[in-house]
Amino acid sequence: MSPFLFWVFALMTLTFGAAVVVNRNPVASALSLVVSFLGLAALFMSLDAFFVGIIQVLVYAGAVMVLFLFIVMLINLQTEERRQINWFAVVGGIGVALILVVQICFVIGHFRAARQTFPPLVRSTTDDVWNIGALLFRDYNLPFQIVGVLVLVATIGVVLLSKRAPR
Amino acid sequence: MITLGDYLLVSGILFSIGFAGVMLRRNLIIILMSLELMLNAANLSLVAFSRFRVDPGGLPNYNAQVFVFFIVTVAAAEVAVGLAILVALFRVRQTTDVKDISSLKF
Repeated sequence: MSPFLFWVFALMTLTFGAAVVVNRNPVASALSLVVSFLGLAALFMSLDAFFVGIIQVLVYAGAVMVLFLFIVMLINLQTEERRQINWFAVVGGIGVALILVVQICFVIGHFRAARQTFPPLVRSTTDDVWNIGALLFRDYNLPFQIVGVLVLVATIGVVLLSKRAPR
Repeated sequence: MITLGDYLLVSGILFSIGFAGVMLRRNLIIILMSLELMLNAANLSLVAFSRFRVDPGGLPNYNAQVFVFFIVTVAAAEVAVGLAILVALFRVRQTTDVKDISSLKF
């Protein structure tokens, strides 16, 4: 991927990610999150991870975002009243986040491998999905089954949580 | 040329944005969205390392991508449960502000 496209998508991801935090309206936040995830999916594709990029679009920009928007519109939060801003929390939160960024920059600056470009790939005879699927069903079969159980438990839990308590 | 460090930098900044969102915002929905941002930042650095560490066969290291698959699955389950708790809470308290939900605070 050309450096220009990389920076375009990286800026898109970061700008709309910041918009999620800054926006007052939850609907605008959710829509910014969609754009941010699309930029992230493009970055995944630029790393030749096509399967991951596609599930990013399908699961996040599709399913999770619909869930968020549905809930935001269900509980109708349009009028989030302006409370007084707690300046201590704002300055503290931004300060801690900035310290984290500085630390990460410092670590990356001292990480020798970080200055290397990506090695070229050999053209594979099998596609991305096949390779990941083979690994998933061979080496990671047990974790895969456990994730299945987790999703089942989450489904049952959500149904129980959203049921009204019997009177 | 784009190096590994550039991807790690983007990932780190995205993580910090999500972290700032969790610290700053008081709306539970926005906090859940910021959590998603942090999880995705971790995914980005996993995929970058997967592409960086090429196998002898010339393929990317797919272990990290399987990790990303698991993270996406768990994150989706987490969002579903979190939003269900939020709806149950809203039904009782009519609020999604974390400042109003402090009855367990010591």
